[in-house]
Amino acid sequence: MRTRDPKKRAKNFLEVSLGITETQAVKEAKRCLQCKRPKCVEGCPVEIDIPRFISMIREKDYTGGLQVIREYNLLPAICGRVCPQENQCQGGCILGKKKTPIAIGALERFLADYEAAYGDAEAPVKAKPNGHKVAVIGSGPAGLTVASDLAKLGYEITIFEALHEPGGVLVYGIPEFRLPKKIIQGEIEYVKSLGVEIKVNWVVGRTETIDELFEEGYEAAFIGTGAGAPRYMSIPGENLNNVYFASEFLTRVNLMKADRFPEYDTPVKKATNVAVIGGGNVAMDAARTALRLGAKNVYIVYRRSEYELPSRQEEVEHAKEEGIKFKYLTSPKEIVSDEKGYVKAMICDRMVLCEPDPSGRRRPECSGDEFTMKVDQVIMAIGQASNPILTHSVKGLNLWGGGYIEVDENGATNLPGIFAGGDIATGAATVISAMGAGKRAARAIDSYIKSLKVSLRKKRKPSAAK
Amino acid sequence: MFKVLEKEVVNDQVDSLVIDAPYIASHAQAGNFVVVRMHEKGERIPLTIADSDTARGTITLLFQKIGKSTEEFGTLKQGDLIRDIAGPLGHPTPIKKYGHCVLVGGGIGVATLYPILKALKQKKNKVTVILGARSHDLIVWEDKFRELASDILVITDDGSSGIKGVVTMPLKEVIESSAVKIAMAVGPVRMMQAVAELTRPYKLQTLVSLNPVMVEGTGMCGACRVHIAGKTKFACIEGPEFNAHDVDFEELINRQGFYREEEAESMEKYKKKCKGKCKNKGSKDPRGQGVK
Ligand SMILES: Cc1cc2nc3c(=O)[nH]c(=O)nc-3n(C[C@H](O)[C@H](O)[C@H](O)COP(=O)(O)OP(=O)(O)OC[C@H]3O[C@@H](n4cnc5c(N)ncnc54)[C@H](O)[C@@H]3O)c2cc1C
Ligand SMILES: Cc1cc2nc3c(=O)[nH]c(=O)nc-3n(C[C@H](O)[C@H](O)[C@H](O)COP(=O)(O)OP(=O)(O)OC[C@H]3O[C@@H](n4cnc5c(N)ncnc54)[C@H](O)[C@@H]3O)c2cc1C
Ligand code: SF4
Ligand code: SF4
Ligand code: FES
Repeated sequence: MRTRDPKKRAKNFLEVSLGITETQAVKEAKRCLQCKRPKCVEGCPVEIDIPRFISMIREKDYTGGLQVIREYNLLPAICGRVCPQENQCQGGCILGKKKTPIAIGALERFLADYEAAYGDAEAPVKAKPNGHKVAVIGSGPAGLTVASDLAKLGYEITIFEALHEPGGVLVYGIPEFRLPKKIIQGEIEYVKSLGVEIKVNWVVGRTETIDELFEEGYEAAFIGTGAGAPRYMSIPGENLNNVYFASEFLTRVNLMKADRFPEYDTPVKKATNVAVIGGGNVAMDAARTALRLGAKNVYIVYRRSEYELPSRQEEVEHAKEEGIKFKYLTSPKEIVSDEKGYVKAMICDRMVLCEPDPSGRRRPECSGDEFTMKVDQVIMAIGQASNPILTHSVKGLNLWGGGYIEVDENGATNLPGIFAGGDIATGAATVISAMGAGKRAARAIDSYIKSLKVSLRKKRKPSAAK
Repeated sequence: MFKVLEKEVVNDQVDSLVIDAPYIASHAQAGNFVVVRMHEKGERIPLTIADSDTARGTITLLFQKIGKSTEEFGTLKQGDLIRDIAGPLGHPTPIKKYGHCVLVGGGIGVATLYPILKALKQKKNKVTVILGARSHDLIVWEDKFRELASDILVITDDGSSGIKGVVTMPLKEVIESSAVKIAMAVGPVRMMQAVAELTRPYKLQTLVSLNPVMVEGTGMCGACRVHIAGKTKFACIEGPEFNAHDVDFEELINRQGFYREEEAESMEKYKKKCKGKCKNKGSKDPRGQGVK
């Protein structure tokens, strides 16, 4: 994949990966073995017919290829960019056993970008209204998928979004240099063109409750409110000035455009030496954002070793190229204040890895050795917890593990007519898994509403006979 | 978009707006706030729902012009549109029949106290209100409070209205002369801290409404975190009201001042842009602790 020059890109927010050219795409597609039992498909959470779309790239039928993907995946331009392909489709690809797997993500992205640039995709035909209303709460990938799948079946869909802009983590979390905002806007326009209405500034549970939505005539509701709440460590100094939780730091920059302060009103503190705690996508995004805001030294502080880094491989590579420094087997113990209440340093424990924990990763333990890092900003990116506002407002909703919604394999909750999916049901996961959950829930909601019709008809019959 | 139906200049630092927001109005409870973003480039700022009218579908915001966003907010006129308002947010005030309650308001803190007073009176509580300000013309909504309060005491730093002094003086007298069941204080952080210290030895249940910097106001960023009894809490969803005796006030003051330089820069730029037409009288309070 072509990328921008690391020295230059570390100073701006332009997209790092430039994708592949048409020639490269066709060449890559020709490498595919078109396996009879394709392992790549097993690796994809929504089981896209990968060999089929690749064969269409070979024949230069890009519109056809994209159509294949769209049958399974609402947001190919996004998934092609942000899926952890090495653990999913590409992780399964048979070619990966000996050499390099097919660059499936890059091909998927190529099709989406090609279509956006040159395609003459007709505006989707709006389905004939079937007279049923469904409420979708949250406009992240899960909610957008449910909304568009049901809209295509003729349902009247309203998405309710708490923030002032739709898109969920795609707009407030993942930075511009990885996922340009105009791509998300394009996808949201597509969802709207299907007839979906999006109400922003609508905090369900507060502005209106789910019960009230049902009273207004919605027959089913899908909850896709995500896992937006930050986790923290509760170590001394965590509330000092210049200690950020990654969600705040990224929200300020991505949603509020604080990198353009004072043109935009929301500020963000720029620092010189920044420590980012954690090793996932959120940590990489925060670190590379801090670098782009002008930091001299940015450290990823991770308590396990490089091998265990949960982030997408490509992001780690890009971060290293840009000059982010990695401190493995290191865990913060205390953040030290200067005389004005701002961060001055961070005391860390050196860790050692012991036997594997239930997740199969080796468990870190303190070695008893500590050292001090001179930093003036610390960003905590150690994971997210469930979003509390809505779940607390629905009486009787079954939850698990500290606030996630309990659902069956179709996304049904224990309450009739209420479905859920994405991070709020699984815990922080991926864009594509949230979309997969949305697909299954849309099917389940459709059959739920059809069954309502049947039972209503049954109920009506005896009275009509009288 | 939300339409401004009425605009009132309360005094030279404070304005109020009546805004058309039927869903928020019908769900607002005492202690709730909204997050407001005036325009595309604006900041999301929290403002208390100072009053609401379900029948008319309106909310009233009362705000002190102390920086770029509130100053710009002050330029809104009847008929203007506000881009984003989300709410009602925050935990509502625990309202029940307590008996005798004392409400202490400093400056713009009355925005928070008024709906609390209304709700407490509905539950037939006896409510003593103590309103404090630097001087007479900065006392806000005195008439509206007089209408509802069982007793009202006004106190100013310079003695230009009511008693001369600080709010803790009359508060001490009320506590010592009557069986007060609960005190609630809203105002500058130093004032709330003083109230907390005053009521602590009396073991009087005391609530304060905290005003840390917020971003989205729905529990997703952690900007608003405060230490309560040694534990981190998010003020936007677990507060903004907390038990006064558990609050780490020094940390709150420190965190409120985090963006002081950027706030000054933003205000400077704004003043230049409107070439002296926008007065900024409120910024005497350099750390913004007078806010709320
Ligand atoms: C910084 C960051 C980087 C990431 N990078 C990747 C990556 O590279 N690849 C990948 O696959 N995944 C990545 N993820 C994870 C991925 O973004 C999430 O798994 C996915 O977005 C979950 O989708 P969702 O639809 O469940 O929820 P979200 O995207 O979280 O959307 C939920 C929406 O619901 C709204 N909401 C919440 N409460 C309410 C309410 N009461 N009323 C109305 N609306 C409400 C929220 O405001 C939000 O807009 C990343 C996450 C973060 C934070
Ligand atoms: C729950 C809550 C309710 C509030 N209710 C009211 C109210 O009813 N009336 C009123 O006048 N004020 C209220 N405030 C304070 C109000 O939000 C700030 O005055 C406003 O954000 C200042 O913005 P500015 O750009 O004008 O000033 P700035 O110059 O940007 O800031 C001045 C000071 O205001 C505070 N502040 C700045 N940005 C924020 C922010 N995003 N969130 C919170 N505080 C901030 C800081 O302490 C800062 O030092 C409330 C605050 C909270 C947390
Ligand atoms: S959606 Fe993600 S996992 Fe599936 S094929 Fe595309 S890039 Fe691979
Ligand atoms: S496993 Fe690899 S080679 Fe086989 S079909 Fe999938 S992409 Fe092609
Ligand atoms: S303002 Fe973001 S968590 Fe409270």
